[in-house]
Amino acid sequence: MKSGDQSALAELYDRYSSVVYAVALRVLGDTGAAEDVLQEVFLQLWRNPGAFDAARGSLGAWLAVITRNRAIDSLRKRRPETDIEDVIVSVAPDLAGQADRSRAAEKVRGVLGTMPPAQRTALEMAYFEGLSHSEIADKTGEPLGTIKTRIRAGLMLLRKAFQT
Amino acid sequence: MNDHEQFAEDLALYALNALSGEDRANLEKHLATCSVCTLELGQLRGDGALLALSTLGPKPPLRSRQRLLDAVAKEAAASPISRAQNAREMGHPPAAAPRRSWWGALGWAATAAVIVFAASLWKENGALKQSLASANVQAAESTRELEDLRRIAAPIIAPEAQRITLVAVKTPPQPQGKAFYLRNRSNLVFVANNMPSLPPQKAYELWLIPAQGAPIPAGVFRPDAHGSATVVNPPLPAGAEAKAFAITVENESGATTPTMPIVMMGTGE
Repeated sequence: MKSGDQSALAELYDRYSSVVYAVALRVLGDTGAAEDVLQEVFLQLWRNPGAFDAARGSLGAWLAVITRNRAIDSLRKRRPETDIEDVIVSVAPDLAGQADRSRAAEKVRGVLGTMPPAQRTALEMAYFEGLSHSEIADKTGEPLGTIKTRIRAGLMLLRKAFQT
Repeated sequence: MNDHEQFAEDLALYALNALSGEDRANLEKHLATCSVCTLELGQLRGDGALLALSTLGPKPPLRSRQRLLDAVAKEAAASPISRAQNAREMGHPPAAAPRRSWWGALGWAATAAVIVFAASLWKENGALKQSLASANVQAAESTRELEDLRRIAAPIIAPEAQRITLVAVKTPPQPQGKAFYLRNRSNLVFVANNMPSLPPQKAYELWLIPAQGAPIPAGVFRPDAHGSATVVNPPLPAGAEAKAFAITVENESGATTPTMPIVMMGTGE
């Protein structure tokens, strides 16, 4: 999408807005706030289309990461911690088509379902609540090292599920 | 363990923005020079993006699409400079402006950035000067306090200090010891006068007699030619409660349990 191409933006919105909105809503739990983040993410893409590097991953995954980061910033009422140009997302499925997304969603939910509850909780606290590892350790009463190991192992499980 | 393995878990947390403090700083320093870890970070962000898939939910309201397109149309109609200003106010970098104004917008952005940076430096400099002035005042006060304490302690503990024991008239001087003990700091200063000299390889040993338990060694000393001696802050267990202090004669290296008889003893005043 080149800067100034409003119809291209509209097409991207049609393709990816449901992913972006769903992530924002999951984090914020508020439809108004989620809608604001949705606007902000696509406006950022409009203003700075060069921020996304197609050689390094899928636009859908990149948008999901940006959305989650912005939503967490909004949740914690802080200024954006990373510029969108700094976010590089490699690989990951595109999440553009509804059918592909539904299949991928089912796979992810399957992996999450097989995770030990403590591992899933740590991962979701980090991803959807934006808690740091020390905050998660404080909340769960688990050692810092355990939290670190669980989160990494959880991400590896997800990766493995999509490599097979 | 190589650097990559060492940072593996931190990298996963960093990918989710869940790493904080010194760990984060160390990792960012490493990422600045490690392409392998930077690549892995991208992979991990992709893995994290998969979590987004577990959140399928309602579609956004229909009005959102029009709201976005209206905002975009408004921006497209605005001048390059005001678009750059809007982007800065939103905390975003300015978008690519139409070619003929690209350098102009970049020049404005660069100038604004320099001004903002200079202003923040000036403010930070002012704050630092204040902190430094405050620290200097505190340091001067601490120095004065230390000097005062040195003046008080010197006559008590300096070997060259003259010690005079006052006794009732026509009474020969007797061996005397005075212990000053601060329990909460485990600080002990002991001063002795008129102590009889000892045979070679023998020494006096001071003991802290606790309310309960065995006597605690509190320093070994040999009196000088005038019979004076000082013990300053021997190692003591924290917070030991002293019921009494006592002195015995031991071998010059000291003992772990007192050898009878006790030659001097005193309880709290």
